[in-house]
Amino acid sequence: MTQTIEDNARYDPVDGRAPLILGGHDFKSLTEAVARPLESKTPPGWWVVFGISLSLLTVFGISIGWLFWEGTGIWGLNNPVGWGFAIVNFVFWVGIGHAGTLISAILFLFRQKWRTSINRSAEAMTIFAVMCALTFPGIHIGRPWVAYWMFPLPNQMGTWPNFRSPLLWDVFAVSVYGGVSFLFWYVGMIPDLATIRDRAPTKLRRMIYGLFALGWRGSMRHWQHYEKMYLLLAAMATPLVLSVHSIVSMDFAVSQLPGWHTTIFPPYFVAGAVFSGFAMVMTLMLITRSVFQMKHIVTTRHLDNMSKIMLVTGSIVGYAYAIEFFMAWFSGNPYERFVFLNRALGPYAWAYWIMVTCNVVSPQLFWFRKCRTSVPILFVLSIVVNIGMWFERYVIVVTSLHRDFLPSSWGYYVPSFWDISTLIGSFGLFFTMFCLFVRFLPTVATAEVKTVLPEADPHFPGDERVIERSDLAPDGGIS
Amino acid sequence: MAFLSPQLPSTEEYGVLGEFDSPRSLYRACSQVRDAGYSRWDAHTPFPIHGLERAMGLRDSRLAWLVLALGLGGAASAMVLQWWISVHAYPLVISGKPFYSWQAFEPETFEIGILGGALGAVFGMMAFNKLPMWYHPLFASKRFQRVTDDGFFISIEAWDPKFDVEGCQKFLREIGATHVEVVLR
Repeated sequence: MTQTIEDNARYDPVDGRAPLILGGHDFKSLTEAVARPLESKTPPGWWVVFGISLSLLTVFGISIGWLFWEGTGIWGLNNPVGWGFAIVNFVFWVGIGHAGTLISAILFLFRQKWRTSINRSAEAMTIFAVMCALTFPGIHIGRPWVAYWMFPLPNQMGTWPNFRSPLLWDVFAVSVYGGVSFLFWYVGMIPDLATIRDRAPTKLRRMIYGLFALGWRGSMRHWQHYEKMYLLLAAMATPLVLSVHSIVSMDFAVSQLPGWHTTIFPPYFVAGAVFSGFAMVMTLMLITRSVFQMKHIVTTRHLDNMSKIMLVTGSIVGYAYAIEFFMAWFSGNPYERFVFLNRALGPYAWAYWIMVTCNVVSPQLFWFRKCRTSVPILFVLSIVVNIGMWFERYVIVVTSLHRDFLPSSWGYYVPSFWDISTLIGSFGLFFTMFCLFVRFLPTVATAEVKTVLPEADPHFPGDERVIERSDLAPDGGIS
Repeated sequence: MAFLSPQLPSTEEYGVLGEFDSPRSLYRACSQVRDAGYSRWDAHTPFPIHGLERAMGLRDSRLAWLVLALGLGGAASAMVLQWWISVHAYPLVISGKPFYSWQAFEPETFEIGILGGALGAVFGMMAFNKLPMWYHPLFASKRFQRVTDDGFFISIEAWDPKFDVEGCQKFLREIGATHVEVVLR
């Protein structure tokens, strides 16, 4: 048996820093801790959350059904605001997904070991968020049965898409992003699916998990290709995730509308996306770790690190809000100046100030260590941030459209009942998927978390380091 | 389907399986198996142990070349598709811009390049590793189930030229295996 480490803080390269995994875990107990939620009886709390989510999903289904039956007239859209909730929700959900890829790909490239406790659920969150996001362009086009026109497919009319349009870039960016995220998530899960397969008490369970584990047998020769693949996927997902929200922002930035037509949009959107995504990871992890008793795997140190990233990205977003105002003044363009004064002081000022309060003011609490480590404060703040980020997209879309160049065509957009029910319903889709995920799939990347334990190092405990002939690699280097 | 099932040696045994108690002892043992001159053998671990590929004397994975080829191939075909559609199949005049506006075609070119590379990485890994392979003789070993939990194993396969059932068992014990068994094919 492997050595049990009572306190692995001793082996942390930084003196006195809290260890990543608490509770004196060894390899076996880590497997147990992660597999328990899948193998034990469903906790009552899960049924409550699942029931609520499923009800909301029904609301989503009814809203979409009524939309298909009646048409987009059931929404509050009209001239001049032709883009309303559907686009706001689309951008909001795509943004949520970005934190998952950031955690799984960018933090992997930076060798941030703390990501291993949260990367699996963050990746799952990405996929479910992209599913919600893709629904909205799918349903808002008015005639959803011809949605395939968005793709370059030969058709009876002999028409093809216009590749110079950012809206088409968006179709490609988000579809590829969804596909690559799914691959990344699934292949990352193969070794853990094999773990569940090998522990399965019944034959049926063994067959189902075994089917998706592809016959993984932990071979080192396999691990070698596998790790190379993981590194390459991370290296490709990193520019991909930055490109996706940049392209989403170009849906706006390439137009001529004041308030949209600005070069700051791509970095500003990416920072906001990561900000809202981390808030959503925080909300989900706080619930999951308490329902499934995984507080020793997702520790206070993880929450602390996530809060710091939210502080940084939240501050970038606040800076972008300020620069937008500066540029409106500095450009000398009267329309640009009007749009921004109108944003802060016009009929939608309430939305603007909700946005500023939630996104710029509230994350400043993360400067304090007490707030970064207090579960109730983190839970409330993570929800507040997501409300703020939803309003950011609302402000960008609606305030820019409702008063443009010609005062005679100004208007005031009010969402209808069905706008709101579709938004609430999309949360039903998201949380239903997430509930199924935490119940049936390993929520923590067990194989990766095990590598964080000090005894996973072949040179542990590291007091003697003798280089023998057998340690020399074929190319003469020291292994 | 032949490619989904393992190739098996013609002998009665598939090989010899030795269990080790920690990454450290597995690491030592692997370098000794390598130095003893075995060629058809493998280590099995619940998680990747860094440096073990050196101790085993494996050469670096060549997956990156496949990914590069498919990534560039995806990007090139996306650019060609957009050029063909915009210039030949369905030329649209938009604000007098040239039909072949390659700058505007970059986002799709990039995205499809990434898609090609990602598919190449995942399916290339599966092809290099001969996965999926749902049946394997090692799965018959009850102990081997711990390989996805906390077990560390070395298997020496029967078609290794240096293989001999007794000798290999003795050798694995000598280099620190806590348990040794013969796996039938």
